[in-house]
Parts: sequence; C-alpha cells; structure tokens
Amino acid sequence: MNDMRLTERSVDANEIKIAARKVQVFYGTTHAIKDVDVDILDKTVTAFIGPSGCGKSTFLRCLNRMNDTIDICRVEGDILLDGEDIYDRKVDPVQLRARVGMVFQKPNPFPKSIYDNVAYGPKIHGLVRNKAELDEIVESSLRKAALWNEVKDRLDAPGTGLSGGQQQRLCIARAVATSPEVLLMDEPCSALDPIATAQVEELIDELRTQFSVVIVTHSMQQAARVSQRTAFFHLGNLVEFGETAEIFTTPRDPRTEAYITGRIG
Amino acid sequence: MTAEATNIRPSLFQTDARTKRRNAAEKRFRLYGVAAVSFGVLALVVLLSSILGSGLGAFRQTFLTMDITLSAEALDPKGNRDPAEMAKQTTITYGKVLGAALEADLAAKGLATEGLSAKEINGMISKEAPAQLRNMVLADPDLIGQTITFKALANGRIDGFFKGRVTMESAALDSNVSPAQLELALAMRDAGLMGLAFNPGFITAPDASELRPEAAGLGVAILGSAYMMLIVLVLSLPIGVAASIYLEEFAPKNWFTDLIEVNISNLAAVPSIVFGILGLAVFINFAGMPQSSPLVGGLVLTLMTLPTIIIATRAALKAVPPSIKDAALGIGASKTQTIFHHVLPLAMPGILTGTIIGLAQALGETAPLLLIGMVAFVRDYPGVPPEGLLDPAAALPVQVYNFTQRADPAFIERASGAIIVLLVFLLMMNILAIILRRRFERRW
Ligand SMILES: Nc1ncnc2c1ncn2[C@@H]1O[C@H](COP(=O)(O)OP(=O)(O)O)[C@@H](O)[C@H]1O
Ligand SMILES: [Mg+2]
Repeated sequence: MNDMRLTERSVDANEIKIAARKVQVFYGTTHAIKDVDVDILDKTVTAFIGPSGCGKSTFLRCLNRMNDTIDICRVEGDILLDGEDIYDRKVDPVQLRARVGMVFQKPNPFPKSIYDNVAYGPKIHGLVRNKAELDEIVESSLRKAALWNEVKDRLDAPGTGLSGGQQQRLCIARAVATSPEVLLMDEPCSALDPIATAQVEELIDELRTQFSVVIVTHSMQQAARVSQRTAFFHLGNLVEFGETAEIFTTPRDPRTEAYITGRIG
Repeated sequence: MTAEATNIRPSLFQTDARTKRRNAAEKRFRLYGVAAVSFGVLALVVLLSSILGSGLGAFRQTFLTMDITLSAEALDPKGNRDPAEMAKQTTITYGKVLGAALEADLAAKGLATEGLSAKEINGMISKEAPAQLRNMVLADPDLIGQTITFKALANGRIDGFFKGRVTMESAALDSNVSPAQLELALAMRDAGLMGLAFNPGFITAPDASELRPEAAGLGVAILGSAYMMLIVLVLSLPIGVAASIYLEEFAPKNWFTDLIEVNISNLAAVPSIVFGILGLAVFINFAGMPQSSPLVGGLVLTLMTLPTIIIATRAALKAVPPSIKDAALGIGASKTQTIFHHVLPLAMPGILTGTIIGLAQALGETAPLLLIGMVAFVRDYPGVPPEGLLDPAAALPVQVYNFTQRADPAFIERASGAIIVLLVFLLMMNILAIILRRRFERRW
C-alpha cells in the first residue's frame, strides 16, 4: 500500500447530504443489497469499492431512483436527501434526478451536437429564459468538465464524434449543467485510457468543491486517489465504511484487508 | 539429410490437405451463392422484360390526325354558344363531323377507298373519339367556327395491327375489322394521317368498356389508389406508432400484453382476403359506408398495414441503445420526454422504412378490395377529398385484374401497362423511403 499516493485530505465536518438506512434491494428473488446504512456527506467524494457483482452499481442507482426503470427491482428502507425520503410516494423521480445527476460507465452522449448535449438538461428543466443564458450555462458546464478549450470551436459537431475521454467529460458536463447537488458516477473511467482517466480524476476533485460526488470504481488506486470516504461492499453487504485513508491503511474487517491486498477480487 | 527429414517443418508455400479441403469447401459455397444470386437476377430480368415487352405498348396508341372544321350549323344550331344548349348535340352528331373530316382528308390525299363503305371507314375511328371531341368543344365553345387539328384515337383493331397483334389473316376471320380497312390504314400511315404516338390518356383517362380497349386508361384507378394510400398513411402511421410506443415503453409485462403481442404478430400473417371479409361485414354491412369507395378500401388496407407498421416500429424502438434512454432519464427527463426527444428520432429511419414497406404492400393488395366492391366498373373520377373519399373508385391492382378478365386481347397489353405503372409507383415509394431515411439520419 505504500506506493499508493494517499492525498492528504482533511475531511471537514460536512453536512450529511444523503442518508441511507436499512436499504434492501431485490431483483425478483435475488437479494442484491442487504441492510446497507451509508451517509453521503456534502462536498465530499465518496467511493464505492468491492468485487464485481457485489452491488455497487445497484446501490448507486438507488440514490437517484434509476432502479425504477428495472421492472423486477424492488427497494426497501429509507434513503433521505436533505432529510426527505426520496422513495416517498409524493416524490417524482424526474425532479429527483435533476438534483442527483448521474454519469454512466460507458460514455453515452446523445447523438446530437455537443451544444445540444449540454443544453438538454437546462432546457427540459426550464432553467434558462433565453439563448444567452443557455449559452452561458453550456460554456460554464463545459469549463467545469475541462472540455471547453477542446470543443469551443466545434459546438455544432456531433458529441458522438469525440474521443472516448472527451465523450465522458461531455457526459459530465451534461450532468453538471442542471446544477445537481449530488453527482453519481458509475465506473466513469473504466472505458478510458490512462491519460483520459487522469483528466477525469482531476475533474472529480474539482467538482467536489461544488457537489457531493459518489463514484463507483473497481480500481482501489482510483478510490485512494480521488475519494475522502470509501465504502467497501461485498456480496451485497456494506462491510466497511469510513475515511479513505483509514480503510486503506488500517482496515478493520478481514474481508476489506483481503480485498485491498488483492486476495479477493 | 535424415536429421533434417525427421525434423522437417512444412513449408508455407505448400498447402496441406486440410487447408485444401477447407478452401475447396469455401469455393463451393461461393459457387452456390453466385448460383443463387444469378437465379434471382435471371428471374427478375425475365419478369421485367416480359412485363415491359408486353406492357410498354400501352403507353403508345394509334391516332388519326385530322383537320376538323367545327361548323356552327352542326354543333351549335342556335348560335348562342350556350354550353347547355350545345350539350343537346350528342356524340352521334360529333361522330358525323369526324366522319366527314376523315373523308375530306382521305380525298385530299387522294387515297382510294373503293370497296369500303362509309361505315367501315368511320369504323376505323374509335367510338370514344366523338365523345372526346364533344368534351373538348363543350369545354371551350370558342372553338366553334375554327378548323382544328384533332388527334382521334384509332379503333383497337387498327391499333393492334400497328402493334403486331392483328394481322391480315386474323382480320379476315374477324367481324370487327376487314383486311381492306387494314390496307387503308397502311396507306394512311404512309400519307401521314395515322401513326403511333405517346398516349397520355392511358395514365389519365378512366376505364373504358369492353368494346373500346383503345380508350381505357388508369386515371380513376390511380386516383383511387392514391386516396387509399392517403387514408392508410394518415391512419396507420399515428395509430401504429402510438401502439408500438405504448407496448414497447409503457405497457406492463403481463399475460394480457403478451396476448396482444402474439395477436399482432399473427395478424401480420392473416391472409389479406380475411381483412376484405371483415371490411365487408363491418364497414359496409354494419356501418353502412358506400361500396367501392376509397374510404372503405383505405380502412381495410389500414387494418392490414397496422401489424406491419407496429412490428417494424417496435423493432426500431428496441434497437435504440438503452444507454441513450439511461442518459436522458439520468438528467431528469421524463419518460415521455425521453421517448419523444431521443428514442423516437433514433427509431425514425426504421419506422419510416416499415411504414413504406407496409404502404407498398397495401398499394399492391387486390383480394380484400375485390370483396368490398372495388372491382366495379367506374368511369367517373372520384371527387376531391374529403367528400371524394366516399365516391366509387377503382384501384390499380384491381384494374390490372379487371383488364385481364376481358375478352379483347388489346386488354392484355393494358394490364401489363398497368403493372408497369404500379411498379413505377412502388419504385417511387422506395426511393422516397431512402430519401427520408437519409434526411433523418443526417441530423446527427
Ligand atoms: N437488471 C438486473 N436484473 C437482475 N439482476 C441484476 C440486475 N442488475 C444487477 N443484478 C444483480 O445484482 C447484483 C449486483 O449487481 P451490480 O450492482 O451490477 O454489481 P457491481 O456494480 O458491484 O458489479 C449482481 O448479482 C447482479 O447479477
Ligand atoms: Mg457495476
């Protein structure tokens, strides 16, 4: 673990943004998430790690109710965003997702222009009153995603024509454009080369100043590099959750230790 | 030497037995493929050349070119150019005018007509020609008093003679035409009074009776088919797309939607005549809509086309990558927004292709239309929609069938000609499909 560059990070006493209590997820009869309690802090990067199939994506998708789109999926327990239960009957998932944005594993820009990709969210949520405001949001979002300089001359070009890393940053810009409070990222770098990965990681660290970021990753190095807090999942259970530095240096659970030293994976 | 022989590696320049067998198998398979494709192409060439060979003649017709003096005494005895008064002069009067003009032309060219009665000479002109001349004059009364050059349709037998269908020998046995008339026709052609020319009437004119094949046209049938396609498009595209979107994106997955799904697939395979029976029972007998009308035809064809469109649309919707849907939902688009902003545009090329394939099928469909009375002989053009949709009309494929049912061999040529027109329309629809697909694809 010594070669791992654990950035010095002070976890400020940030407020709790999302509180999950006794969350259970079932796919039909499969019990995919068992009794998970997690607090996601504001303006903090939280990493979910764990072996493949342990339920990281499933749990992440509970946080903005993307699991609603899967017919057989059933979620139990409470997930509170700013103290409000997001699974309450009165909650419209559409409104929720404007506040809890998501970036997917595979870059999935719309087959439209770069501009339209970023402008789509603000348009459907009525965040702008005129073209000038929209232009402004598009530019600032692309700047936040560290993509502006590369695409500012070809905003009309199709987003699908960008390189993989650029596409993923475009997706981040698209998610950022609706000014979410939480940004969920499901293995955002797994389809990217090391240079693009480094760019996205740098970006995540910057985004932390404005949002709470939750990132799923299968790479422990990445978790160590970008996150302040880390949750280790195993077979649907939350095994250990705490400050990243602690998890990686002094894991309390033998399963965590086995995983970070490469014995389960 | 022996050491080398035991340890020898096979040369890459020599193909071993396995590779040879594999290559032979590949070669054989290619041969089968080429044979299959050649067979298909050959069949197409034979089909097209036979249709073109027998049908192209329908677009050309033998005309008599004559100078006609439209005298006021004969055509407008009251002399007031009132169309209502002039309409009292029947086609018999106009037939006499035509006959006189033909006689004068023959005399002017010095063509011998001995052995032919006036009736026989007049018989070389189509019985339809007086009616055409009459319509022309009634439409423009100012023509009276003038001398005009009129192209009169020749009788079908004379036309057949110039197209090789009628010969001197067959004419000798035919009560409708005599060899002497054919001799005169030859002389007239040499004198420039008669000849084959492009016949726009084949496309625009209505059908004509058994005895006037030369005047039969596709105008009513084309209009009827066009009206029906309009109805099919207007009804089946929105209904089909709405049904597909609901089934694909909104409907819960349970036994009931499964049942609907199975039924739609089965409907696509139901023989088209069954839809005709349904149309007869429901639209005509129960709802009391008029027989032979494009409205009923269009409704029946819509029922027939819907399964095709629904199946194609659902396939196109399924083919849209789920990652695009996730992306839209992930930034807070509603389900409807996701579908209309992202899924539908991506599925559009597939939907359009399916729709046009469905329309093309409907355009060529004959059996159900026979049952709802579109086989009737219709000479009046249907009116302008929407009222015109209730007027009786014909349809192109039924017109082909109608032509083939008639005794005069001249109708064989017209049936093939009608098939050519039908094929041209199908070709145009396919080209339209390609153009639309290109247009929609260019958006990204
Ligand atoms: N759509 C689904 N339908 C059924 N089971 C699923 C579905 N998605 C995930 N699962 C199951 O849930 C478990 C957790 O999956 P996932 O959350 O994707 O794991 P991870 O992201 O940690 O690799 C796995 O056992 C997987 O088979
Ligand atoms: Mg996953």
